Amino acid sequence: MLVIKTRNLTKRFKSLLAVDDVNLEVEEGECFGLLGPNGSGKTTMVRMITAVTPPTQGDIWIFGSDLKTHSRQVKAVLGVIPQLDNLDPDLTVLQNLTTFARYFDIPKDEALERSMEVLTLFELNNRANSRILELSGGMKRRLLIARGLINRPKIIILDEPTIGLDPQAKHLVWHKLTELKYQGITQLMCTQNMEEAAMLCDRVAVMHLGRILDLDTPQKLISKYVGNEVWEIKVRQDERVDAIDSLKRGGVNFEEVGDKIHVFNIENNPSIQDLVNAPDCLIRRPATLEDVFFRLTGRSLFE
Amino acid sequence: MKPFSWRFIRVWQRNRDVFFRLWHSEAPGFLAEPVIILLAMGLGLGAYIGLIDGQQYIAFIAPGIIASYSMFSASFECTYGSFVRMEYQKTYDAIVTTPLNVEDVIAGEIFWGATRSLMTGTIILVIAAVFQLVHSPWALLIPLVSLLAGIMFSAIAIFFTSIVPAIHSFNYFFTLFITPMFFFSGVFFPLDSFPKIIQNLSLIVPLTPVVQLTRALFNGKFEINLLWALALIIILALIFFSISLVTMRRRLTA
Repeated sequence: MLVIKTRNLTKRFKSLLAVDDVNLEVEEGECFGLLGPNGSGKTTMVRMITAVTPPTQGDIWIFGSDLKTHSRQVKAVLGVIPQLDNLDPDLTVLQNLTTFARYFDIPKDEALERSMEVLTLFELNNRANSRILELSGGMKRRLLIARGLINRPKIIILDEPTIGLDPQAKHLVWHKLTELKYQGITQLMCTQNMEEAAMLCDRVAVMHLGRILDLDTPQKLISKYVGNEVWEIKVRQDERVDAIDSLKRGGVNFEEVGDKIHVFNIENNPSIQDLVNAPDCLIRRPATLEDVFFRLTGRSLFE
Repeated sequence: MKPFSWRFIRVWQRNRDVFFRLWHSEAPGFLAEPVIILLAMGLGLGAYIGLIDGQQYIAFIAPGIIASYSMFSASFECTYGSFVRMEYQKTYDAIVTTPLNVEDVIAGEIFWGATRSLMTGTIILVIAAVFQLVHSPWALLIPLVSLLAGIMFSAIAIFFTSIVPAIHSFNYFFTLFITPMFFFSGVFFPLDSFPKIIQNLSLIVPLTPVVQLTRALFNGKFEINLLWALALIIILALIFFSISLVTMRRRLTA
């Protein structure tokens, strides 16, 4: 079943086309990742899907309801976890949750019960009466996710869920998100962390300049664009031109990155070893989603 | 313009909870300051001033203080208070991802600002009563005027909040709009002591009708032009309430 569907979704800010004619379909129960460099339109997509900002053109349906006409009903089943901390610093940790529950018309007793439940889930129950100022960055982010679950959402929408977290907190968040997926909660996340996307997402869309460049499972994208293995080759400066020449002649898929040459789709080029004689240094490593990201969106900065 | 729904009450409740958690830091503004002004001006300056319209100076200014501090409460709440929630704490951003819409948030802010006016007006009225300045039973209706004035001043303030680029822009609002009203709306001196041009000007600024209504109820003396004062408050409240729903939606969904 489709839970999120967009048709010709477009957002224009004056002269800037932030989202350009995007058609997106997210299935029930899947974790869907939106990847892309800064300014690629991910966050604008999320802001439109959560009814914060209206599209310039196009339509959004969530659980089959048109977001234009049913935004309240749709927002009631969404859990939105923003990138920037917007916890209420005037309230305690517990009050943040109960106050948020009240926005969803959850009765007082139940709100308290659910608040303690999500605090326990995110290992914050001993912080219930702390002020927000006293929390570390990791705690705030866990609380933001906990808050996003207070209405028992059917879809959670996350913008960079682990940005700025230490490895411990990051892995805790990943673990919890995986558990939520097992419970059947659909997830739509924006991320620039390719490790995160590869680990959590069933499917990812790579966005660039407001458009989706490609969309598939992480594994399929990796196979399609870079193969199973990447060789990072370093050759002596005086042999570099020759090496590149022979790679080109051999029809090899490669990219120059700093003083290294990354060679992709090794399995299609079993004779690569013959093309580059005596490299200074050769690293063979598994291909990652990050390689795909660079292949699709380039290496230059866009902002 | 999109209408607001009953869900505005959730924002009102949020602000109420925060207020009763932190009220002691607000008390100097809504409690100490008006009492100091009332006593200092009323007793200090009052000693040099004869009767005004047949009453003691302190009894003359008491309803004016009620009216103007109702204005201050709503104006501070819906400028600095709302701006901090909107821009620094991103509280609005968090709320609009729940079933509440922008219009509910703004209506909640306005009605909360009005509640602050109601509380301030009532407290000063009680203090005036303690000083035995209140003699008319009509004075019991003064909190209603404070509430109505609160809606008007909150709506004006939140409209200003919806268009300012930064928090220091509120200096203009208070220095050029609120403070002059405090002195030229008949709080401290009868309007007829001013030159004609200021008299005419003060007839159209929003604090004047609030002072007139509050003073009439305080003294139990009514004139026909009070209906115009009441109408002016309601009209201004409706206009600014409606405009701010539009300008805030524009600002928050851009």
